[in-house]
Amino acid sequence: MDKTVDARGLLCPEPVLLTKKAIDSMQSGIVRVVVDNNAARENVTRLAENKGWRVEVAAEGNEFVLTLRK
Amino acid sequence: MNKKKIMVIATGGVLGLLSVYLVKVGNPANMGYCIACFLRDIAGGLGYHRADVVQYMRPEIFGLIAGAFVAALVTREHKSVGGSSPLTRFFLAFTGMIGMLVFLGCPVRAVLRLAGGDLNAGVGILGLIAGVFIGIQLLNRGFSLGRATSQSVVNGYIFPLTAIIFSFIILSGAAVFFTSKAGPGSMHAPVIISLVAGLVVGVLAQRSRFCMIGGIRDFILFKDTHLLLGFFALLIFALAGNLAVGAFKLGFAGQPIAHTDGVWNFLGMALAGTAATMLGGCPLRQIIAASEGNTDCAITIIGFIAGAAFAHNFGLAASPKGVSVAGQAATIIGIVLVLIVGFVGAYRTSTASGGVNLGQNG
Repeated sequence: MDKTVDARGLLCPEPVLLTKKAIDSMQSGIVRVVVDNNAARENVTRLAENKGWRVEVAAEGNEFVLTLRK
Repeated sequence: MNKKKIMVIATGGVLGLLSVYLVKVGNPANMGYCIACFLRDIAGGLGYHRADVVQYMRPEIFGLIAGAFVAALVTREHKSVGGSSPLTRFFLAFTGMIGMLVFLGCPVRAVLRLAGGDLNAGVGILGLIAGVFIGIQLLNRGFSLGRATSQSVVNGYIFPLTAIIFSFIILSGAAVFFTSKAGPGSMHAPVIISLVAGLVVGVLAQRSRFCMIGGIRDFILFKDTHLLLGFFALLIFALAGNLAVGAFKLGFAGQPIAHTDGVWNFLGMALAGTAATMLGGCPLRQIIAASEGNTDCAITIIGFIAGAAFAHNFGLAASPKGVSVAGQAATIIGIVLVLIVGFVGAYRTSTASGGVNLGQNG
């Protein structure tokens, strides 16, 4: 099951917490995380990589879409 | 080791060494850098409180803001955003500041005090860790300050440009502001050195996202040591610097601008840690984010300044003699109020339906 986490407008640690909640309940799959600041992009990437997910980042205007795969 | 880790370590290390140097050239002992103390001094410099021993427009803070602002502009990270519970942020900052002034320092100074051998700071840091732990529980329950949205460009420039104007007034030497004749406020490094020290740390902290609270928080949350490396770099480099210049003195008693009341050192920092975790970062990180155009974080800084003024006007701040009864009462009331905000403010909604819609405020 794929999931989307909308973390736009949120400051850390909320984007990380929301992402953690989403991926903790999954063994594998695809999670899309949308953030709009660089600190959140870096922190979510670090969390996901620590937990063994591959992360692709795409910039879309002022936002970043992080695609997490495992 | 990747570049980002090196940046975090560099920020902590440079901050630590600069702190030792700033004390050497005039800043109060174990207070080369202290965001809480410096904002308190600025509150005094602006005449918002009447404690005449802690009034000085600390150039480090204005340099910090200018450095982070320029770094954010250059890297196109400056963005005007806001509207995420500004009054709640003001309140948390106000209350957290009272806790920091009961301990006598922000998380940065707590580590600097420890690096100078002040074991009371160790008790404060334990309180800080307890506070972060409580803050995480509140966040996990769903406490959220809600989403910020884009604002018109002018919003994000008011805070950093005001700071830059203040820097020029301070540099000009014009006797505009209140300045202590005695006490910690009268002790300071030469203006230009303080300002440059601020600029350097501002640039580094903007690039590395250095955060004292974040270090403890991320380690508790998901065993991530990235930001914690900065915390330890600050400790190790400041310790090495203090040992090198002979400024290291181990013990509880007779430490500079500190008191030995462990209960209130612990509870003051527990209050600060809880509030800062709910705010999303330590005072230093809040200053950097405000300089990047985040107006909620600018309100947070104003909350810190207002809290510091309140603490000194009504005798809540500690002194080397200890913590007043009023200060003790304020700490307990502060903890209770922050916990109420933490429980009542839980309005993050989560609806799982195929995907998860983790929206709030619609």
